[in-house]
Amino acid sequence: MAARFIQKIVNTTPAASRGYASSGKKVTLIPGDGIGPEISAAVQKIFTAASVPIEWEAVDVTPVRGPDGRFGIPQAAIDSVNTNKIGLKGPLMTPVGKGHRSLNLALRKEFNLYANVRPCRSLEGYKTLYDNVDVVTIRENTEGEYSGIEHEIIDGVVQSIKLITEEASKRVAEYAFQYAKNNNRKKVTVVHKANIMRMSDGLFLRCVRDMAQKFPEIQFEERYLDTVCLNMVQNPAKYDVLVMPNLYGDILSDMCAGLVGGLGLTPSGNMGLNGALFESVHGTAPDIAGKDLANPTALLLSAVMMLRHMELNSHADKIERAAFETIKEGKYLTGDLGGRAKCSEFTNEICAKL
Amino acid sequence: MSMLARTLGRSLLQAAAVRQLHLSAALNAEGAYNANRTTCTLIPGDGVGPELVYSLQEVFKAANVPVDFEAYFLSEINQVLSAKLEDVVASIQKNKVCIKGILATPDYSNEGELQTLNMKLRNELDLYANVVHVRSLPGVKTRHTNIDTVIIREQTEGEYSALEHESVPGIVECLKIVTAKKSMRIAKFAFDYATKNNRKKVTAVHKANIMKLGDGLFLRSCEEISKLYPRIEFDKMIVDNTTMQMVSNPNQFDVMVTPNLYGAIVDNLASGLVGGAGVVAGASYSADAVVFEPGARHTFAQAVGKNLANPTAMLLCGTKLLRHINLPTYSEVIQNAINQVLKDGKVRTKDLGGQSTTQDFTRAVIANLH
Repeated sequence: MAARFIQKIVNTTPAASRGYASSGKKVTLIPGDGIGPEISAAVQKIFTAASVPIEWEAVDVTPVRGPDGRFGIPQAAIDSVNTNKIGLKGPLMTPVGKGHRSLNLALRKEFNLYANVRPCRSLEGYKTLYDNVDVVTIRENTEGEYSGIEHEIIDGVVQSIKLITEEASKRVAEYAFQYAKNNNRKKVTVVHKANIMRMSDGLFLRCVRDMAQKFPEIQFEERYLDTVCLNMVQNPAKYDVLVMPNLYGDILSDMCAGLVGGLGLTPSGNMGLNGALFESVHGTAPDIAGKDLANPTALLLSAVMMLRHMELNSHADKIERAAFETIKEGKYLTGDLGGRAKCSEFTNEICAKL
Repeated sequence: MSMLARTLGRSLLQAAAVRQLHLSAALNAEGAYNANRTTCTLIPGDGVGPELVYSLQEVFKAANVPVDFEAYFLSEINQVLSAKLEDVVASIQKNKVCIKGILATPDYSNEGELQTLNMKLRNELDLYANVVHVRSLPGVKTRHTNIDTVIIREQTEGEYSALEHESVPGIVECLKIVTAKKSMRIAKFAFDYATKNNRKKVTAVHKANIMKLGDGLFLRSCEEISKLYPRIEFDKMIVDNTTMQMVSNPNQFDVMVTPNLYGAIVDNLASGLVGGAGVVAGASYSADAVVFEPGARHTFAQAVGKNLANPTAMLLCGTKLLRHINLPTYSEVIQNAINQVLKDGKVRTKDLGGQSTTQDFTRAVIANLH
């Protein structure tokens, strides 16, 4: 639904072909905490250099006390994403301690972000022990183990509820197959543990199975979570698109990121009913914040994903190519990739390549 | 607390139990044959299980190991042939040791049963601690080297509680149960294991940032127990980060203690790092019985009867059994033979890139027994 809506907007925007930034579509930018502002600035700079026809609307999401006395996202930020329907977000710090709701969780709820998409691809020029990784994890993002329903029945006995609904399972299943189709992927694997959780994971499995019949051109397979873990580290080429419930998605997406070099290199997109939010999923790295040492790759690739979502494919390809080439050459790598370059040098090099 | 006290004395008791076992075996014996022999329950399991168990029996026979097997075919997918669970449980309770193949768990049940046979067996015997020692093997080429990690998994509660219901059509609730008692018990087991085996660090794997109460309780229990062991370092790690660290830098882990589902994930992931499901042995402990079974639980059903599964994991289970029943010399002889065959690399099963059969491998191990 959201995708169709956005498509409509994008199609009616003539700016796509004009190429000057000021008249483009508006995108909400949440720079985030820690290294967030630096890497957001880097992405903005690269986008300007590539004359991408979008306009940034930066918002602050520092929690404010709402009318109900609880801390939450400022209304202005919510309004901005609601009008623009599309956003890019840097890392946010979740305050540790009671009473604060995780901001990431709040954003997820607010925009009904039901599917998290994380493509993991081996980067040329950054060698890891695993070559030819090219998997996409699609994770149900609204329920499952993260429903947040827990209680202590008696002292020392806790019950956490994992919630699986047909509606949410179907929704993410459809998205996964649609994604596979749109991105010329061959196969969708559903990852589950229905042998242990026969009803809940069983329901999820059935929903994906049913959806598979509507996409006969996409190959479909069912695998247990433990089998996927085992095979993924032995031969990642076995898998293509993976679709799964919340917790398994959380675990597998991070594991796949580990295969290609960590969270600093993997983009992430969240598809929702009320909009789409693209983000870098690494931490705020407070130790190097403000020192111009951070690696903006994850946020940049997320922004590239966003451009593809907005059907600005030529710009997306151009930026992606420049970024990959810079990493491949290896002259201006940031510290996390084993180089000595600063964030600004890396950014400038990408701009120069555009 | 009484449970804790029991666990505390477990390692001591175990040694005593073994002695007792020999004693009782000797008392029961009518002739010289039965003197000093140990009876072990044997569950071949589904898939390639029977083939692997046969391989183990051949090796034991060739090495003249004084162990007799009491075999029960137990299966959830072949209920007609399956032995009764009570009989199997009684046998294990009597023998205190068991070798087990993997039981297949179908993702449906005709009777609407939510508990799998595996869960029932573990709950009946209270096999609460699963220990999988993941080690890089000689001669097996993998991406990472020198891996040496022990994964200790709680396996009687958590996600595997089989408490599920459909509140209204299309909405299913699945309960994950975490209790302080069982969390403490597994934490204690992990620290005791670390102490006994000269390990330096115990890492608790959790997701307490999301499941604040459930995993929070597990984590708190581990923290509390860790204070009793000042000489062992305690560390905690969120499960998604753990998997990421595991594929990029697995050598940082020493002993890991995990709730049920995360244990299954980490076990399999770690097994993948050292060569796959065919080469990693595991064991499940209760307060007084041990079930030895492969560490990564896959039935490998597509290879049934093809004679191509790797029996290494099962043979390693056998060596663990022998060490446990205080027959270290036999254990060593077989362990050395396995290592030699793997190191030579001439006889390799398909999973390790060779063309040899299960039988070839077994014969090669037997040829190296000396």
